[in-house]
Amino acid sequence: MNSSVIVFPGSNCDRDIAVALERMQFKNKMVWHKDTTLPKSDLIVIPGGFSYGDYLRSGAIAGKSLIVSEIIKAANSGCLILGICNGFQILTETGLLKGTLLRNKNLKFISKDVNIKVINNETKFTSKYNSNQILKINIAHNEGNYFTKENHLEELNKENLIAFKYCDEKGVVNDRSNPNGALKNIAGIFNAKKNILGMMPHPERMIDKMISNTDGINLFSSLISK
Amino acid sequence: MKITNKIIEKHGLKLEEFENIKKLMKRDPNLLELGVFSAMWNEHCSYKSSRIHLKKLPTKGKQVIQGPGENAGVIDIGDNDAIVFKIESHNHPSYIEPYQGAATGVGGILRDVFTMGARPIALLNSIHFGSPSHPKTKSLLNGVVSGIGGYGNCIGIPTVAGETKFNETYNENILVNAMAVGHAKKDKIFYSRAKGINKSVVYVGSKTGRDGIHGASMASAEFDENSEEKKPTVQVGDPFTEKLLLEACLELMKDDSIIAIQDMGAAGLTSSSVEMASKGSLGIELNLEKVPCREENMTPYEMMLSESQERMLIILEDGKEERARKIFNKWDLDFVVIGKTTNTKNLTLKFHNKVVGEIQIDALATKAPVYKRKWVRKKIKKSKFDLRKIRNVKFEEALIKVLSSPNHSNKTWVTNQYDQMVMGDTVQRSGSDAAIIRIHNKDKAIAVTVDSSANYCNSQPKSGGKQIVCENWRNLISVGAKPLAITNCLNFGNPENEEIMGEFTECLEGIKEACEFLNYPVVSGNVSFYNGTNKKNIYPTPVIGGVGIINKLSNPISHKLKNDKSFLLLIGKTFGHIEQSCFLKENFSITDGSPPEINFFNEKNNGEAVLNLITLGLANSVHDVSSGGLIVALCEMAMSSNYGIKIEKPKKIRNPVEYFFGEDQGRYIVGINNENLTKVEKILQKNDIYYELIGFTQKKYFEIEGLMKSDVNDLFKINNQWYNQY
Repeated sequence: MNSSVIVFPGSNCDRDIAVALERMQFKNKMVWHKDTTLPKSDLIVIPGGFSYGDYLRSGAIAGKSLIVSEIIKAANSGCLILGICNGFQILTETGLLKGTLLRNKNLKFISKDVNIKVINNETKFTSKYNSNQILKINIAHNEGNYFTKENHLEELNKENLIAFKYCDEKGVVNDRSNPNGALKNIAGIFNAKKNILGMMPHPERMIDKMISNTDGINLFSSLISK
Repeated sequence: MKITNKIIEKHGLKLEEFENIKKLMKRDPNLLELGVFSAMWNEHCSYKSSRIHLKKLPTKGKQVIQGPGENAGVIDIGDNDAIVFKIESHNHPSYIEPYQGAATGVGGILRDVFTMGARPIALLNSIHFGSPSHPKTKSLLNGVVSGIGGYGNCIGIPTVAGETKFNETYNENILVNAMAVGHAKKDKIFYSRAKGINKSVVYVGSKTGRDGIHGASMASAEFDENSEEKKPTVQVGDPFTEKLLLEACLELMKDDSIIAIQDMGAAGLTSSSVEMASKGSLGIELNLEKVPCREENMTPYEMMLSESQERMLIILEDGKEERARKIFNKWDLDFVVIGKTTNTKNLTLKFHNKVVGEIQIDALATKAPVYKRKWVRKKIKKSKFDLRKIRNVKFEEALIKVLSSPNHSNKTWVTNQYDQMVMGDTVQRSGSDAAIIRIHNKDKAIAVTVDSSANYCNSQPKSGGKQIVCENWRNLISVGAKPLAITNCLNFGNPENEEIMGEFTECLEGIKEACEFLNYPVVSGNVSFYNGTNKKNIYPTPVIGGVGIINKLSNPISHKLKNDKSFLLLIGKTFGHIEQSCFLKENFSITDGSPPEINFFNEKNNGEAVLNLITLGLANSVHDVSSGGLIVALCEMAMSSNYGIKIEKPKKIRNPVEYFFGEDQGRYIVGINNENLTKVEKILQKNDIYYELIGFTQKKYFEIEGLMKSDVNDLFKINNQWYNQY
């Protein structure tokens, strides 16, 4: 499987995701934001970081970058797209995913391991997870407080477009297990066609037992065996 | 413009220093030249009060590739891998403007490391605040922590270890020390020594603004009630630009284009150009109208003294200009040839083809003043407390006081604001004795830690100096690393005061002796004097940053207990030294008396034995015993793992308070699996190590026979409440 990682000025998880993809046997290429063509890709990843320093609004400037029109084209033709952290923020800025990521409720940067629950495991991104499986995954963000309009929230629920929700160790989803104030504890969502996933937690940080745990691996193995 | 005494004073220069300048120049300097002198001759850049003492520190060793004098120190970790590291203070700016002060402290130290060709892989910090009840402390704490996080998180380098401390001595002068650690190839280290004449001098990075003018002189004077007015001298950080600069520099460093490179830190364009020329015994000519400026109508004086961030000066090899320009353009950064090297040995400043300043490089660098300041030894205040009263304290209550105190509370409120995981190689995060960072794509790792003990240093500077090096060494041992070298940040008061100079001299004596005994050389560092406000000086606070190597990373070790059926050994002798303990401070507000003494032989012997046990895979958890004594160390092991501990009644106990709260040095707690106990005891006996089998791990309860029994969860709650309630 071919993957491409888009590198914006200020991306800083680009190397980490490339390491994860290569470890999971993806043939990966790095794509500079000023490029105007994409290499042949089955998966495009927009990595975490602070593209353009989060200036103006996180993801806002990257969302207008040259390569973005190519990403939109690829998305419309069914290519799989994964946006992690700042990548999720960029996807909402481009309109490929609806809703927005507001400042964390406590107005502080939050970096820690949190529990999330797999809500929909019947997608190309999550098929190797069990339904309601609880994962422990690292988050690191200033703006991870997901918010969307009432009718979109209805759509998310009705069409099963919520990928992950923040929960506690036992899987309880409530305010106490919500690290950043996200609406309904939402940690990641799909688009209507379920070929785009945006998520705040960093699965690429959870692929190595020596460093953390291996709870992120199944996301990549779902993709490679899709 | 006539240089009046007032102007001289405003530049932080003494009148006799001005006379010296005139003698060296054989004429009166103009204002620009005076500014350049003030930037180079201030304490921060010239080390004029500290130099003769710093020379005594051990800086050599088989492991050392580059000692002090460069942008950062470099050590060898084998296989053509090198570690580049340094610590630096940003105390004065952080007090005036905490967010930007702390952020640019991080940015500055990162540039020192990547200037040498290293990719930064870890950030650490040591931050000291005033009393929590002081009205400024809360906002300073919030600002500094978010500033440190803001910079490191954005540039994408994990902040993995540090310390956050409170003491009223820092009420009007906080300390913010940042350390950066990078990884380079041993045969691709870049230095700041210029070579060859007529080589292009290139300015890269951000544009120059009017921020930070006289920052270095500010850091070389005490504060007074007007310090708030100094806000404009604090620089503003832009981690995004620094990220671009980092990637562009590392890209350019892939071949041999660069002859010399130096970041524009304190005293900006002045010190970077002078230092490169001085090291190469050359001259340098700058055409200042070419300097990229952020603001209109900037004068040569402003350009030379600006401390705008995220800028570098590079001396390029002939014919490499176009390739270099392309790289910096790709990263949207300025790239301008602003001058050339010359054989005049002068700093020549031109503005629109007119020479506006010319000074001998030597006058600015090697001939800068060096002072042999007067100093006196510190008298130790004998403690006068009543030992009986102390022994009668309610044991469990005393422990709770310590565990819930600001200095011993769990610091996840702080560390959860730092991205510790980015770059994917953080094996052990903050909260342990030392952080462990894997070398990318290899199975070896480095361990890093920063430590300080201002209370000890204040009561007896020499013992304190020894202790802090030993504690740092011990912290690396505790995670299974062989300690290699240190960097130091020496935070002191006004050196013109004999007592302060005495504290400095004595602390350094202690540091020197410890480093020599442990073969633990100093490879880089920074001195910050004038930490005080209105003649009130801070406690002497040397901060030590240490780096060690784990050659084969198979089973990382920490203070976390691994199971509920391990034996616990206490290595090292317990005498019950209670003076200067945090037990006395938190329970009785007693702060006099002398700190625990260091026995170098035992320190080394115990440490090597523990490292040996870890390397042989015989220890399952290790924690060094430091501030708070044995009881706090045991609690930390239990709270971090959620297993309990049972300590049996010690056989030869003098008094439980002194035994458990005493802060004797050179001690470790080691967890041992049942089946390994005999083997371990044999090794310890063979090496003449004093040890006691003090107890074992269990489920749920933290218990000391006959003294206390608590649920570990309750202790955890007590230890975790302070920050969240503050």
